[in-house]
Parts: sequence; structure tokens; C-alpha cells
Amino acid sequence: MDEDTPNAVVVRRLTKSYGGIKAVDGVSFRIGRGEIVGFLGPNGAGKSTTMKILTGMTQADSGSAIICGESVAKNPEKVREHIGYMPENNPLPEDLRVVEYLRFRARLKGVPSREVKKRVDEAMEICQLHRRAARKIIGNLSKGFRQRVGIADAILSRPEVIIMDEPTIGLDPHQIMAIRRLISSLRGKMSVIISSHILPEVELMCDRVVIINNGRVVASGTPENLRREFISGEKYEISLKAPPVDFSAGLARVDAQMSIESRKGPDEAGYFDYVVKTPMLGDAGARLIEEFSKSGAFGLRSVSRRRPSLEEIFMSATRRSWEETRELSLPEKANGDIEDSQDENSGDSGKVV
Amino acid sequence: MRRFLTLLNHQIHLMFISASTYFAAFLFLAFMGVMYVLALMDASSAGGSQSVTEKFLSVFWIPVLFMVPLLTMRSISEERRMGTLGTLMSTPIRAWQIVLAKFLASYFFYVLLWLATLAFMLIAQYYLPQGLGGSNNFMLSQVATGYLFIFVSGLSYIAVGIFASSLTRTTFVAGMLSFAMLFFMIVGAGILSKFVVGDAYMSWLSGPIEYMQTFKHLEDFSNSLLDTRPFFFYASTACLLLGVTSLITEAKSA
Repeated sequence: MDEDTPNAVVVRRLTKSYGGIKAVDGVSFRIGRGEIVGFLGPNGAGKSTTMKILTGMTQADSGSAIICGESVAKNPEKVREHIGYMPENNPLPEDLRVVEYLRFRARLKGVPSREVKKRVDEAMEICQLHRRAARKIIGNLSKGFRQRVGIADAILSRPEVIIMDEPTIGLDPHQIMAIRRLISSLRGKMSVIISSHILPEVELMCDRVVIINNGRVVASGTPENLRREFISGEKYEISLKAPPVDFSAGLARVDAQMSIESRKGPDEAGYFDYVVKTPMLGDAGARLIEEFSKSGAFGLRSVSRRRPSLEEIFMSATRRSWEETRELSLPEKANGDIEDSQDENSGDSGKVV
Repeated sequence: MRRFLTLLNHQIHLMFISASTYFAAFLFLAFMGVMYVLALMDASSAGGSQSVTEKFLSVFWIPVLFMVPLLTMRSISEERRMGTLGTLMSTPIRAWQIVLAKFLASYFFYVLLWLATLAFMLIAQYYLPQGLGGSNNFMLSQVATGYLFIFVSGLSYIAVGIFASSLTRTTFVAGMLSFAMLFFMIVGAGILSKFVVGDAYMSWLSGPIEYMQTFKHLEDFSNSLLDTRPFFFYASTACLLLGVTSLITEAKSA
């Protein structure tokens, strides 16, 4: 985040424990005005607790959270005037009509009486609820429409900060695209914090990502910066007719440290699809093209650089935090009388998300 | 204040569209209608010292035991079960405002239903012959003070219902809790007084128990004897319960 950007959210060393277990452990981050930030973490990482602290629904044990210049702990009601919150699972009253519910929520959020109708119509139009869905009883709506009602509720008072916990869960691809466009359209106008498990979606929508694991922020920054920090080396996808033995020999000529990560094929036309990796940074793509286009026998069809996905960054960041936690806990175990047991986290690193 | 009024309006609206409100209203009015007819028949055949109004209001506690739980049991427990309490608390509104709005909405219906029973008296007054529920048995002062008691005591009964609703996520359990608490509150002091009388060690309790005797309060009010102590008792009980309910609601909303 640009240091000069005024901050909409400033969180400093936030901690929260439940029965001796730290759900949030010294979390600090900043969110600039108009910025869209993705909040990522495995289940139980502390995302929802942090979001509840930000909305003033739960009090932190220590640390501070400032939203639009107001302290959440000291003035939760004032802070809520600046926030639009869509909680996880998006609970809604079953007996009300969509338009009734949104009008009630607009009044409750302090939208001036003369503007209530306009704001509700506007929010319904943005979320495509303005046609038949507006008069429907919420209890009869599909999951997708219920999500839209939750998002319409979050944006209808035009808050400065919007917090959404899993906003696209349960939506079909068309609805996901619509919500993605909607959230992207808020860029520059409102600060948006999105918690999501769908990482490609976060990468598409968000300016910055905060990854949280075991209650701690383990990574924060733009996806590009996180790639540089967490992913060492580079990967390339190559499609050609060379069998593995010839291909490996060719790779060794390009870069001795380059190796095949995966292989598919040959397909009906005789092409193999290889993914190769190298710990070295730099433009190996040009050298790969040069090497494999020397001879027509290789039958080179394509070479492309593979950008590490946010998923890979996420896995790398959370794995690193688990390894650090394990390193910290092992000496304690060695010194104490506790029997050595298998680290619960060690086997989970590949299962998250 | 505007937010609170919005919330109160919403709660009243929710009560109007709730099936349990109409079920409570039907049961209550049917039961009280039968009770009024029985009181009229009793008055016309045996005479006696009690007026029709006195006889009619003496059974007020029976419908209260089912009407109040039906009116209040969904108020907070349903919101907790659905998770909408958290959504409500994410707006610039305080827990006590939510609790007070729910209390006032339920109390509004409680008062409305009791006011509807005045129709029985008006019908008897205008359509039945003298001596059979006519003007001799319709003393305005007695009706006014009797209903005043109903409304004042209703403050604490509705607060009990709202309090019970905040203790659990299950509507049925909230209703049962409310029923049990109301039963103890209305009848409990009378039962306790039987143990206290004649017991030298517990005689000091007779004063406080006497202070809490619901039927004694009703008797005083029905005889147009207005005492400030019952007002204080019911209002303070309601305030205490609503205060505790606000704390519970705040703690359970996350």
C-alpha cells in the first residue's frame, strides 16, 4: 500500500483469546481509502474473529482497531456508521420481503428518510434485485439471491468501509462474475475487505492480500510482491514432440538446475506437455525457445512462463508459518516432560483452502 | 431516537406478521370470553360479594401463563438461532435498544389484547338486562383500576418472557422457561407464604413475600385501592430483567 494513501482501517497488534486459545494473535495491518483487500486464511485462522472485532461485535483482548479515525473499542456505534458488513452465511429474516428488509436496514443505518427509496432502488439495481425478486419473501429466495440481498444491504448506506465474509459462496458463475464486477466497481470509492477461500477470485478483485494463519498475519502485500517473497524460482510450460529423455538432455543444456515438474502426453498428435521449474530467476524462456527450436525434431509448439497462482503463494506462506511455529514448539517439547507427538499441523499443509 | 423508532416499528410489524401472535390472540380471547360468560352466569345465579369484573379479572393469570410466552418466545431466541441478531448488531444500534424495542412491541400487543376484552363488558352492559351483567356490575372505577393492575403487572411479565427468550436459541425452550418463571412469579409468593406462616425462623420473610403477592395486589387494585408499592415492584422487576437481557443479548450477538 502506498504510504501516502490515507488509511480507512488501521489495526495494531490485535489479540483475542477464547478459553486460553488465541484466535487472533498480534494482528496488524492497514487498509487505504478506496482499496480492495483480500483477507485469506485456512479455516480457524482467525479471519472471522478479526472481522467481528472490526465491526465492534466482539471486543479484542488487546490492541487497537481504528476505522475512519474512530476507535472500534471506544466508539463501536460510531464506527458502525462507517461500515457495511455482510457476515458469513449471510443470515436474513425469513418473513420479510426483500424491499421491506432493505428499507428497514437503510433507516436503521441512518439513511435520510427522503433518500431511503432512492438508495434501496439503487442497491437493488446494482445487485439485480430490482425486478421480481424485490417483492419476494426472503425465505423463498435461492442462495444466490440471498447473497445479493446481503451485498445490497452492505452497500446501501454508501459506507466508507465494506466488510464481506465469503460474499460469493454458493453463487453460480454468472452471479460470481456479476458480484466481481460490482466489487471492482467500488474501487476508489469505498474500502473493501473480502474474506474468501476462492483464491483466483481474490487475485482478480483485490489490490492487496493479507494472509492470516494461526491468528497471525503471515503475509501482506500485492500478489506480485508476495510472488517475489514466497515463490523462489520460475516455472515454464512447454509443449513439444520430444520424449522425456531427449527433453531432459535439452533442458540440461539450457540450465543445469532446471528439472521437469510434471508431464502429460503424448496426445493424439504426439505432443508432450511439460512443466519445468528452475530455482534461478531470469528470462529462461528465450533460451528454452532457442534450444528447442534448433532442430525440427523437437517439434516445439509453445513455451509459456507460468505465473505462480495466489494458491501457491498461500500454501507457501501458511506452510512457512507452520514450520516456524513447529520450530518454536520443538525445543519446548524437548526440554519438557511432554511426550513427543506428531505435529498436528505438519500433515495439514497440503489440505487447506 | 430515529433508529430506535425504526426498530420498534419493525418489531411491531414482525409481530403483526407472526402466526404465534394470532394464535395467542385467539386462545386468549376465546378463554377470556368463556371466563366472562361463566362470571356472568355465576353472578346472575348466586349473587355473592364479588362483582362480575372482579370475578373476571381474578383469573387473569391463567391466560398470562400461555399468552406471554407465545408473544415473547420468538423475540430474541429466533434472532439468535437465525444469526440475525449479529446482523442487527452490526448497525449503529445498541443492545438495550434492541431489547427495549422487542419489549415494547410485545407489551403493545399484550395491552391491545387486554383492551379487546373490554368489548365483553360493553356488550354485557348494553345488551343484557339489569342484574345480569348490566350497570350494577359494571363499575367504571373498578374496571379502570383492575385493568391498570393488568397493565402494570404486564410490564414485568413481558420482561420475564423477553428475558427467557434471550437465554436460549430454541423457541420452544424459551416458551417453557417463560411459562415456568411466570408461574413461579405469580403463584410462587402465595405458596411460599404458606411455609412462612407459623415458622418462627422464617417469620422475617413474611414482609417481603407479602410485598410480592400478586393476588393481594390484584385485590387491592380491584377494590380501587391504589398503592405505589406494586407499581415500584413490577416496574423495577421489568427494568432489572431488561437490563440483564441487554447484557445477555450483547454477549450472545457475536
